[in-house]
Amino acid sequence: MQKKISNHPFNGTPEQAAKLEAVINANKHDKSLLMAVMQEAQGIYGYLPYEVQKMIADGMDVPIEKVFGVSTFYAQFSLTPKGEYNISICLGTACYVKGAGIIFDKFAEKLGIGADECTADGKFSLTACRCIGACGLAPVLTVNEEVYGRLTGADVDTILAKYQ
Amino acid sequence: MEMINCKVNGIAVSVPKGSTILEAARAAGVEIPTLCYMKKINEIGACRICVVEATGARGLVTACVYPASEGMEIKTNTEKVQKARKTTLELMLSTHDKKCLSCSRSTNCELQKLCLEYGVDEGAFEGYKPVYELDESTPHLVRDNNKCILCRRCVAVCKEQFVSVIGANDRGIDTSIGSAFKVKLSETPCISCGQCVAVCPTGALTEKDDTEKVWAALADPTKHVVVQTAPSIRATLGECFGMPIGTNVEGKMVSALRRLGFDKVFDTDFAADLTIVEEANELVERINNGGVLPMITSCSPGWVKFCEFYYPNLIDHLSSCKSPQQMAGAVIKTYYANKMGIDPKDIVSVSVMPCTAKKFEIGRPDQSASGYPDVDIALTTRELAKMIDRAGLKFTMLPDEEFDSPLGEDTGAAVIFGATGGVMEAALRTANDWLTGKDNLDVDFHAVRGTESIKEATVKINGADIKVAVASGATAAQKVMEKIKNGEADWTFIEIMGCPGGCVNGGGQPIQPQYVRDTVDLKAVRAKALYDQDAAMSIRKSHESPVVKALYSEWYDGFGGHKAHHDLHTTYVKRTK
Repeated sequence: MQKKISNHPFNGTPEQAAKLEAVINANKHDKSLLMAVMQEAQGIYGYLPYEVQKMIADGMDVPIEKVFGVSTFYAQFSLTPKGEYNISICLGTACYVKGAGIIFDKFAEKLGIGADECTADGKFSLTACRCIGACGLAPVLTVNEEVYGRLTGADVDTILAKYQ
Repeated sequence: MEMINCKVNGIAVSVPKGSTILEAARAAGVEIPTLCYMKKINEIGACRICVVEATGARGLVTACVYPASEGMEIKTNTEKVQKARKTTLELMLSTHDKKCLSCSRSTNCELQKLCLEYGVDEGAFEGYKPVYELDESTPHLVRDNNKCILCRRCVAVCKEQFVSVIGANDRGIDTSIGSAFKVKLSETPCISCGQCVAVCPTGALTEKDDTEKVWAALADPTKHVVVQTAPSIRATLGECFGMPIGTNVEGKMVSALRRLGFDKVFDTDFAADLTIVEEANELVERINNGGVLPMITSCSPGWVKFCEFYYPNLIDHLSSCKSPQQMAGAVIKTYYANKMGIDPKDIVSVSVMPCTAKKFEIGRPDQSASGYPDVDIALTTRELAKMIDRAGLKFTMLPDEEFDSPLGEDTGAAVIFGATGGVMEAALRTANDWLTGKDNLDVDFHAVRGTESIKEATVKINGADIKVAVASGATAAQKVMEKIKNGEADWTFIEIMGCPGGCVNGGGQPIQPQYVRDTVDLKAVRAKALYDQDAAMSIRKSHESPVVKALYSEWYDGFGGHKAHHDLHTTYVKRTK
C-alpha cells in the first residue's frame, strides 16, 4: 500500500522544534540511529511531514530521500497527522468477518476521508488497525483511548455525534 | 593471500578466500546472469537472477553475494536453476509494461536479453499491476517506472555520486523508485549527470530524446544546421555499432554527420582550446590580482550544478569560462555567422555530447552570446547513434573524413579533455609555455593522468611549485570542496568533472551491459584512445591552435578582452536543496 502524504499545513511549534533538535543532537554522531530519531520525532509531532523529515535529514546529515524511504517502508510511521479524535477500526480477522469493513466504509463516507487521512478541520482521523486483542467485542474500534465494541452500522452516527 | 579451491560446472578454480560464487565463476570463465549486481557498487542480492546450486547450501543461493568455500561444487545451469530464473523473469514481467517494440533500449536491454534466452511466457502471471506516470520534468531524462524492475542500480549509482536524490519508496508490490515526498526529479538537487541512465538495465531511465528536433531542423530549408562533437565522442561512438571499446572513430563520425545532412560539421575541440586559453588567462589574473583561489574548472555542467546546489557559498571558485560546448556555440553564432554572412537566428546549433547535463546546460541563463541560445539542441552519443541507424548508414563501412573549416581544427590538448585530468594537462601545457616564455618540448604531465577519483600533483613551472588537484565523480568533488570549505586546501588550480573518469564515462555515453562494466575498465580503455590520438598529433598545445590564433587576431580584442569576456564567460547561481 502506498503511504498517504499529508496536504495539511504544517503547524509545528518552536517547542516541538527544540525537542526534536535535542533528539537529533543526541543521536547525530551515528547515522544508524536514524530510525530511532524518526520514532522520537513521530512522538513529538504525531506524524512525519516534509518539514520534520527535512529537519531530520539536515540534522543527521543524510539525504531526505533516505528518511522518506524509511518512513514509507515501516507501517509504524505516519505521514499524515492524527485528528483530535483518532478513530481506529480493527480490521483483524475476527472483526473483519463480523463486518468491520462495512463499519470502516461508513465512517469513511460520513467523514469524507480514507484510511490514514484527517478531516480538514483537524477533528477526526481514520486508521485501519490490526487485531487489538478484544475479539470478544468484535467488531471493535477505539476513539483515542475509548473502546467501542459489538458495533453495528447504526453506531457510526452515535459515536460521531458524541465527539462533535 | 589465502586461497580456496572450488569447482564451477566441473571446472576447478582457485580464488582468494572471501570471493563470491559469481567471482569464482568469472574466474572459471563461466558467466552467471545478473540484473541488480554492480561490482563494488550494488551488491545486494535482490533480483535473484544469479541463483545457482552450491554444495553445502540449502536451496538455491544468489551467486553475487554468497561466498564460495573450500571444496564447494557450484552448478550454474541445472534444470532447477533455469526454472527458477525463468519464473523470476516471468514475475518481473508481470509488472512490466512490455512495450518493447519501440522502447529505446530494445535489443540493448538486459531484461529483454534474458527473457529471450530463457524463453519466458510474458503473460505467465496476470494480476495487480501498478501504473506510474512518466517523470519528464527535467530537460535531461525520462523516468518510466512501468519498465522498472527495482534492481536499484540507479539508486546505488546516485548514492555513489553523493547526491542520493532517488531511492526506493513504499513497500511490497507498491515499491517504486523516486524522490522524497514523490516530488518530480526537477524539484530535487539532482545534478543531471545521467549516471543512472547509463546503468539502468531496462528502458526505465532514458535520456530525453531530442532527435526529432534535429530531424525537423535538417528538413527545414531555411535553417543552417551546424553540429559540433565533444572530444570524447570519437572514442565511444563506435561501441554503438559493435566496434571494440576504445576504437577512435573520428573520421567515420564526421562522415556520418555529413551524410545526415548537417551543413557544417565542427569539432568542439577548437572550443576546448579556446577554454584553455581563456581559463589560463583568468587564472593568471586571479593569481596576480588576489582573486579567489583555488580556481576550479567549469567545463562539466554536472559538476557546476553540484557546486551550485551543495556548495553555493563557494561558487566564486568556479572559473567564469563557459564550457567548451557553449563556447563553440557562441563562436558559431557570432564569428562564424559573421564570416559566412548568416543571420544567427537562422542557425540551428546542435551538439553531440557524452553528457545528459549538457541538455540542462543549454537552457541556463547567460548562455546566449549572439542574443540567441549558443546551442539549440544537445544530443547524447546514444542519440547520434540512433540517428545514424535510422538514416540507414552502415557506420563501420563509412570512409574517414575531416571536420569542416574554419572550426574543425584541434590540438592534442583539446582531444584529452574527454578524460579526467585532460583539462588540467592541457592547461599545464599552456601555462608552462607562457610562464617560461619558451616552446617546451616535454608536454606530457603524467602526474595528472589515470582514473583515480582524486589526483594531486605539484608541478614545477619556471622554478615555481604549482599545486594542482584533479577530481572526477561527485563524491570526489565533495571531498575536495570540504577541504576548501575548511580552509585545508593549498591548491592553486583544480579540475573537477561530474562523472567518474570524466567525459569518457559520461551519462550520455553508449550503454554497456553490467557484466562488461564489471570486467572492463571503461574509463581507462576509452581514455587511451584519446591519449593515443594526442600523442600522434603535431600540435599538442591549445595556444598554438590555428583556430584560436585566428579568433584572437580577427575577432576578439586579445585574451580576456571585453568582447571575449562577453561572449565566452558566464555566471552561476546559488541554488537551495
